[in-house]
Order: sequence, then C-alpha cells, then structure tokens
Amino acid sequence: MKLPRLQRRTLALIAVIAPLVALFLYVALRSGPLAPVAVTVAAVQSQAITPALAGIGTVQARYTYKIGPTYAGRVKRLDVHVGDAVKAGQVLGEMDPIDLDDRIAAQQAAIKSAQAALAQSEARQSFAQAQAARYEQLLLARATSEESTLTKRQERAVADSALAAARADTIRLRAELEALRAQRGNLRLVAPVAGLVAARDADPGTTIVAGQAVVEVIDPASLWVDTRFDQISAEGLAAGLPATVVLRSRRSRGVAGRVLRIEPRADAVTEETLAKIVFDAPPVPLPPLGELAEVTVQLGALPAAPTIPNAAIRTVDGRRGVWKLAGRGLAFAPVVLGRSDLDGRVQVLEGLAAGDRVVVYSEAVLGARSRIHVVERLPGVAP
Amino acid sequence: MISLAGRDILHAWGKFVFTGVGLGLLIGVTLTMAGLYRGMVDDARVLLDSSGADLWVVQKDTLGPYAESSSVPDDLWRGIRTMPGVAQAANVTYLTTQVGKGSQDVRAMVVGISAGEPGAPGWPPQLVAGRQITRGHYEAVADLATGFRLGDVLRIRRNHYTVVGLTRRMVSSSGDPMVFIPLKDAQEAQFLKDNDAILMQRRRTEANPAFNRPAVPGLLEAVIASQAGNAYVNAVLVRIRPEATPQEVAEPIRRWKRLTVYDREQMEGILVGKLIATSAKQIGVFLVILACVSAAIVAFIIYTLTMDKIREIAVLKLIGTRNRTIAAMILQQSLVLGVIGFVVGKISVTFAAPLFPKYVLLVPIDSVLGFFAVLAICVLASVVAIRIALRVDPAQAIG
Repeated sequence: MKLPRLQRRTLALIAVIAPLVALFLYVALRSGPLAPVAVTVAAVQSQAITPALAGIGTVQARYTYKIGPTYAGRVKRLDVHVGDAVKAGQVLGEMDPIDLDDRIAAQQAAIKSAQAALAQSEARQSFAQAQAARYEQLLLARATSEESTLTKRQERAVADSALAAARADTIRLRAELEALRAQRGNLRLVAPVAGLVAARDADPGTTIVAGQAVVEVIDPASLWVDTRFDQISAEGLAAGLPATVVLRSRRSRGVAGRVLRIEPRADAVTEETLAKIVFDAPPVPLPPLGELAEVTVQLGALPAAPTIPNAAIRTVDGRRGVWKLAGRGLAFAPVVLGRSDLDGRVQVLEGLAAGDRVVVYSEAVLGARSRIHVVERLPGVAP
Repeated sequence: MISLAGRDILHAWGKFVFTGVGLGLLIGVTLTMAGLYRGMVDDARVLLDSSGADLWVVQKDTLGPYAESSSVPDDLWRGIRTMPGVAQAANVTYLTTQVGKGSQDVRAMVVGISAGEPGAPGWPPQLVAGRQITRGHYEAVADLATGFRLGDVLRIRRNHYTVVGLTRRMVSSSGDPMVFIPLKDAQEAQFLKDNDAILMQRRRTEANPAFNRPAVPGLLEAVIASQAGNAYVNAVLVRIRPEATPQEVAEPIRRWKRLTVYDREQMEGILVGKLIATSAKQIGVFLVILACVSAAIVAFIIYTLTMDKIREIAVLKLIGTRNRTIAAMILQQSLVLGVIGFVVGKISVTFAAPLFPKYVLLVPIDSVLGFFAVLAICVLASVVAIRIALRVDPAQAIG
C-alpha cells in the first residue's frame, strides 16, 4: 500500500516541477538578449513611383492696392468697410480739403479780375490801333508830324504787349485753378480696380502722412499661395506642375491649383525655396488672407525601378543600406537611393535588385549575427 | 542510500513548494529592482543610440542637450559641416511636453529632426510599423509607449500631426516615449506660446511708444514679426568620417567654433553618471535592503522547518546518525528551496516586466549572479538551523 501512495505523491511533485522547469527554460531562452528579434520582411518590387513635394504657405493676394492720399491730411469721410465689394472708379472716401475750396474761390475771383484786366487791355489796344492807323493816314497827307505818328505806333505796340500779358495771365490763372481742382479731385479716394476691401486702416478724423494707406483693396480673383519648400526636398519643382492646396480651415478636401512660378530668390536663412501656387478656380467662399495652407505638388511619374519602403533604410557604420535576407541570416547591403514619394517608397539606384527580400520593421537594432524571427506583423502593433 | 532531504521534502512537499513560491516572488521583486536599474541605464543608451550621432555640439559650457538646456543658432550646422572629419551634421531639438490626442494627453519627448532622408542623424533608426516622415511639416513618428497608433492625429501646442510611423523603445533618459516631428515644426513648438500669450505680447508691444510710432508706419509690424521667430536648436548632431577619431574632430570645433562638444563616452558619462545617478543609488539601496530581507526570510523559513522536525532529528540522533548527514539534509533542503525560489522568481519577473511603466531590462548576467547570490544566502541561512539541529539532545526523542 505504501508504494502506490509514494508514486502518486512523486507524480504530483513532477506535475508541479516539470512545468516550472519548462517555463524557466522558455523564459531564459525566449526573452531578453538571447531571444530572436522579430522582423517583418518585404520583397523589393520594381515599380513606378510618382514623387511629390510637400510645402506649406499662406494665402496671399497677388494684387493688393493700398489707397491713400498723396499729401498729408485728415480723413473726412470713408464710405466703405472691410469686406465690401467695390467697382473700378468707385469713390471710397475723401480727405478733408481744409482751405482748398476757399483757394479755388479765390482763384476763380482772380480769373474774373484778370478777365476784366484783359477786357481793359483789349479796349486800350483797339484804341491804340485805331489811333495809330489814323495817324498813319494823316502822315501820308502831311497833316501831322512824324514824331506824333511814331508816338502812336509805340503806343500801339505797348498796348499789344499789355494785351498779350493780360491773355497769358488769364491762362496762368486758369491753369492754377485747374491745378487746385486736380488737387481737390485727388482728395477723393478712388478704387483703381474692382475688388474687395481687405483693410480699413484709418477712420474719419485721423490725420495721416503722405503715402500712408487708408484702405486696402485686393483683387479676389488673384489669390495665390505663397509656398515654402524645404530646399532639400524641392528637387523637380517647376512652374506649371499641378498642385493640391489644403487650407487649414478646410482640411477634409484639397483645392486644385498649379505652380505659377518659383521665386528666383530663395530664403537663405530658413533654407527654403519659395514658390507661388495659383488656384485653378478661386475657392468659394474665399479663404482669408494669411490662412495657412498645405501644398502638395505632383511631379511626373518615374520609370519603374527597384523600390523599397523607407522604413527599411538603416545606417550601419555611417553607411546607408538595408538588411537583406541571405540564406538563414542577414547581410547588410549598402544602397544608393533615388527619388522617393510621399507614401514613403524609395527607388534604389544601386545595391538591390527586384525580388531581394529585405527587413522592413524590426523590434530592436539588428546586427549581422542577429537571430531573426520573421513575422507578419510585429507584436503590439495594431493592424 | 536514501536521500534524507528528499524524503523529508516529499513528506510535506506541498508546504515546501508553496514556501518556495513565496520566496520566489520575493526574489522576483529583487530581480525586478536590478532590472529597473539596468532599464534606466539602457534608457540612456537608447537615447544616444537613437540619435545616431558620434558627436554632440552644444552651447558652450553646458551639459546639453539632454541633461541641461542648450541652444545654438540653427545655421551653425553649416559651419560645422565644413570642419575636417565631419561626414554629416544635423540640427536637432528636444522638448519634453504633453502631447495631446483628443481629450487625453501623454508626456513625451518631442524630437525635431532635420529635413532630409532616413538615416540622417536624429532620425529614428528603425520602425515597427508605418513609414518614416516624408513631408516637411505636420507628420510624426511616435513610440508605441505613447499609445498612439498609425493614422492618429496628435496635438502639440496648436498644430496637429498625423502619426505615420511607430517605433519601439525610443525613449528619453527619463523613460518618456519619443515623438519625432520635422525640425521647423519643433522649433515653432518649442518657442510658440498659446494664442492668448501671443495676443497679449502684441498688445504690450503696441503700448510701447518706442515701437508704435505714428510717423513710422510698419515699424510695429516689423517688431512684432521679429518677436515671433525662433532660429535656435538644442544641439547639432555630428557623424564623423570612418577614418577620423571623435577627438580629432571635436578638438577643432571646441577650439575654433568655441562650442562644447561631447563624444559618445562623455555623453554616456553625463547621462548615467549625472542624470540618473541619484535614482540609480536609490535603487541600489533598495536592492541591498531587499537582499537582506530575503536572506532573513530564508533563514527564518529554514529555521522554522527545522524546528518543526526537531523530534525527528532527535530520533535520527538517537539511532546514531552522523551529524554530517543531518547537516547535509538541512543544507540540501535550504538549497532546493533557493532553487525553487529562483526559478519562480525568474519566471514571474519575466512575465511581470512588461507590465511596469518604466522599462525593466533583464540581463542574463544579473540572473546568473542572482542565482549564486540566492544559493549563498541559502547556505548562510541554513547555518543557524544546522547549529540548532546539532545541539538537539537525542533524549528529546523519547522525552
């Protein structure tokens, strides 16, 4: 009776100890540095990629008209407000003329006085002319002295000159009146083109310096996006390429556009290339000026070449390459990379051929002697 | 010959195994403590590895960029790039901040990586899912520990970033997971205040008569624009040419550029020796205390087990068993207890390690050392019990 009891007890003990030992061995070999590194593998595919460039910019108006007086003065009235649509030639407001109207009245009076003086000169001249003609005839009949005739001739010449002076004076005063009227007209703030009032920088009563803008009018049809591309990823940027503009306020959908031009001057401080992107059709409603926009410029498709995901790229001893599956182990293959697209696919110019299997994701840093364990998806990463 | 120890263990094996399991959990905690320390050191190493740099160029006389704040102009890298022996130089920024997703937020170290291609210094060296950043703005690669998944939109300051790639074990020296974003965004995030603060700053500037002069239109705008820029980064990461040594490259930069340059060893010294020194000591003290407690408990258990069978030992003595045999029995029991404890401890710590919020790194050498330490403790602990057993009067067996 004793032996079976002992056996049962031994069996129970083994039942406890054996799994414990098995678990211990598993733990010792399958975790920590001795465990194989889980990796995912992808085959190098020969495919065409369509590179694209991404930049950000702000919405700007291509034409901005800053309307203000040419002389220092005070704003008298301003008829438009921000957001108003204006027509070409529309009077937007007026500067205070101060003494200009009085000066015009004075000028008009001066013209009248000059006209009176002109009439006087004309009367004098016609009398002098008649006198001179009479004395000429008297001289022919020897009824007067030559001296008197000369005097009359001189009087006629003086009267002619006085008349010319009076005429010129009238013209001068008229011109001066015109000048004053022009100045008076210049006090009106007129829209040069049809557009939208974007800013109203001064209100009636404000004194402003010459050249300071009172109203800013933009041409809404001329909106563009002033875009900045990092120089390192601006290869292939050219005028005319199609672009997609995503406005910060309308993230869900992009607006079609194209590259209008690349600025000849880049930003040397921020190392960015500047470009202007125009909309194919102005977005409705109009985005506010200064709104942030993300711009994606599509480049042409490249011919098919061996392509890898950019997550496969590693740097080992300062060389860039990928871990290639060679037999049961790994071999580091240095590569020369070509263009890449925004989805993270990179063309390989040298170092790999289509069909090679390379490590894409790995749990830990790999080495040539790493034991690997190929999985579909790394643990802990949701599908 | 029959094994006295084995027979005795079998006699009450359930109690024995459970005692061993209890002891194992205690040993597990001790091993976890060691793992925590290793994990902290590994966090520091991982931070340095992930930057992929051979040299760190930082503001003069600072311990930056990890242990102290450092800022250098963002066009400095051009000058450093031309120094002899430099293969690559890249700007980098580090900012520990709250990264939000929806209503929750996570503490993370936001790393600003310079534009370019994967493999440049500062870029995440490997991913576990997704892809590397391809756009110059508003994309992020996040660590799995942040809890973000591919396609999530996260918020740093006022900008939103789409998670395009995931990493594992990319952490700062304090264990915060990393979030990689493009450098220009990171510079902005580091400097950019909230909208209210910007507005108030503008108002203050407007109120200053020196800047808001009616006769000089445009001055105010220029001043405000100059306040809103950030042309600084935290460090320049340098990768050197294979033929150059770090010292050769670092010395001219120190001398002629008048900046502080650290190589890998110095950086590790700063991180391990300065940044985590106190926490490491703290854990060290805990480790010693736990070891003492374990030793005391083992001694106590063995003592109790021996006292339980004091009559049997007296009988053994009565029938003329040699002292050596009795001592061997107690010693063997003690060692078996230690082995069970160690096995249970090792298993429990391995399964418990991923549950800890901070990284617990289990190094094989720690396990081996731990095993021998446990055996040594068991041997020492059994000494007391053996002394009592040998002093037992055989008369007790019949008394």
